[in-house]
Amino acid sequence: MDGIDTAVAIAAGTMRAGTPLVLAALGELITEKSGVLNLGIEGMMLVGAVSGFIVTVLTGSVYLGVCAAIIAGMLMSLIFGVLTLSMMTNQVASGLALTIFGVGLSAFMGINYVGTPIAGLKPIAIPVLSDVPVIGPVLFNQDLLVYASYLLFFAIAWFLYRTRWGLILRAVGETHDAAHAIGHPVILIRYLAVMFGGAMAGLSGAYLSLVYTPQWAENMSAGRGWIALALVVFATWRPGRVLLGAYLFGGITILSLHVQALGYNVSSHLIATLPYLATIVVLVIISRDITKIKLNAPASLGRPFHPTL
Amino acid sequence: MTGMINRFAKRLAAGLAALCAAAVPALPAGGQPLKVGFVYVTPVGDAGWTYQHDLGRRAVEQAFGRKVETTAVESVAEGADAARVIRELAASGNRIIFTTSFGYMNPTIAVARNFPAVAFEHASGYKRSKNVSTYLGRFYEGRYLTGLVAGKMSKSGIVGYVAAFPIPEVVRGINAFTLGLRAVNPKAQVRVIWTSSWYDPGKEREAAEALIAQGADILTQHTDSTAVVQAAEDRGVYAIGYHSDMSKYGPRAQLTASTHNWANYYIKRVRQVIDKTWRSTDTWGGIGEGMVALAPFGDAVPETVRRLVREKTAAIAEGRLHPFTGPVRDNNAVVRIAAGETLSDAQLLKIDWLVQGVTGTLPR
Repeated sequence: MDGIDTAVAIAAGTMRAGTPLVLAALGELITEKSGVLNLGIEGMMLVGAVSGFIVTVLTGSVYLGVCAAIIAGMLMSLIFGVLTLSMMTNQVASGLALTIFGVGLSAFMGINYVGTPIAGLKPIAIPVLSDVPVIGPVLFNQDLLVYASYLLFFAIAWFLYRTRWGLILRAVGETHDAAHAIGHPVILIRYLAVMFGGAMAGLSGAYLSLVYTPQWAENMSAGRGWIALALVVFATWRPGRVLLGAYLFGGITILSLHVQALGYNVSSHLIATLPYLATIVVLVIISRDITKIKLNAPASLGRPFHPTL
Repeated sequence: MTGMINRFAKRLAAGLAALCAAAVPALPAGGQPLKVGFVYVTPVGDAGWTYQHDLGRRAVEQAFGRKVETTAVESVAEGADAARVIRELAASGNRIIFTTSFGYMNPTIAVARNFPAVAFEHASGYKRSKNVSTYLGRFYEGRYLTGLVAGKMSKSGIVGYVAAFPIPEVVRGINAFTLGLRAVNPKAQVRVIWTSSWYDPGKEREAAEALIAQGADILTQHTDSTAVVQAAEDRGVYAIGYHSDMSKYGPRAQLTASTHNWANYYIKRVRQVIDKTWRSTDTWGGIGEGMVALAPFGDAVPETVRRLVREKTAAIAEGRLHPFTGPVRDNNAVVRIAAGETLSDAQLLKIDWLVQGVTGTLPR
């Protein structure tokens, strides 16, 4: 086997394995930047995955399925929003409950759809760009959702740091009292941020059930929601590092699979821990500056907002 | 939507009925249907380990009709939860209870002590008592046969194997498969990827892709999802299913599958309870007992290969062929089974080395 071919196969696999993490983690990043900690990613992903799958089966259109997954993720996050933002419940407990609820609900919704075969989204080669050696097949011969993740990354980074609304969002997450005092609708902004996070988790779920492994199986996210959550923290709430962490995690997972198949004498148990170890070590090293962590961490994260008149 | 509500209502009604039934003390058989309980570790789903057990349960219902009443409890976590579920089944009048996961071993033994009149059947364990039997399939026999198919059908001579954990059950399967593969294709090799998870469709899919990228033109798996067969279908290589017939996920790709068949055993044991001849036993049944069977061949498999596999199937069933017959070397070229000898059951149950032809080593 040609070395370059193997490298391309590993890199292309990295993009596929990293994309669901990128989508879910970027959504959670926006939610947390507004000062809300939503631990329900796994549940929202699963409900998104099953809804997208059901709608795809019923309508025959994968695109409608993707839309349904986004809406389902948003509805799930709306439940969380009502609980934590309007009713002031504890965010950690509500988020955990959302995950548990999502796991059960998705299993119940999907009972009749386990084992139904569908044609998932196929890769679309972008003309010209996909012909560039190495980079072409890795970056530009993917499916629509991977392309969407590129665009969403740039859009989110631009929104957060280059727009007025991004500034307001960060202000709300930083000191909600001050933001409220100068007249920003804190609760409304947090609702929007929470629902954006839900939409992205739903999209991430759609990627799993409609692209990655086009099928519905209970609990098919297998913990990816939790990894996305951890990535946001280890990336110290910065979009570029979230992206780096997600691809690093995906890349080392894929690399370790290839290494095993080549028959190197390494313990499979050790290899299984590598993606976690490497991602944490790299992210901790590049973000070890405490001042910068404080600068980027939303100071009001997880604190409920009681408007004082 | 109405379908779902109906379904829900039916489940609710069934649940209420079960509750009411539980309130009535267990009556001795005679007019009353015999109650048979099953405990599953995962949802039944559409393929896999638990699905095969549920096919066995359905066969029992079909064989005995109104004379039996089966109850299955899905997704029961191994450990304390299992003890509670098993006790409930025993207390609600089930006369024979099949507990179908390794981790149910201790809970089954513990509950059985309190219900001496109930027969317990534990799959894959090694602890028995007066009213606890154990049973397992010689799945390695099916693996050997599917290895023959792979050996005949592979052009690249590289077969990819996606496996969960390096426990004896999985290692035995890899070895038997490789022995079958190299019996007909001496230069072929098996590349194994351990996913360190019984169930992660995404990771299994990526493992399959990695193996294909390294030249594998046939894939098989010892994990619980159908992702590997699906990957083979999408990438235009062949696949060999495991646990269940997975042809639905790879109608073109699947050459055959090594499947578990509990129907005969379950029917036999239930009949013994009805006839009051049930005794605690240890069963390790294979092709001959019908506990292991191959799924129908895919269209790609030519008649010559089918004939070969049928011959070898008969040989194994009649005891003329044992997959682990020497000379067999491990993948460091050390002779592990001398010429003419076969591994004993005890040796098979704790096998911890890979045969020649498997790339890689076992983690220690």
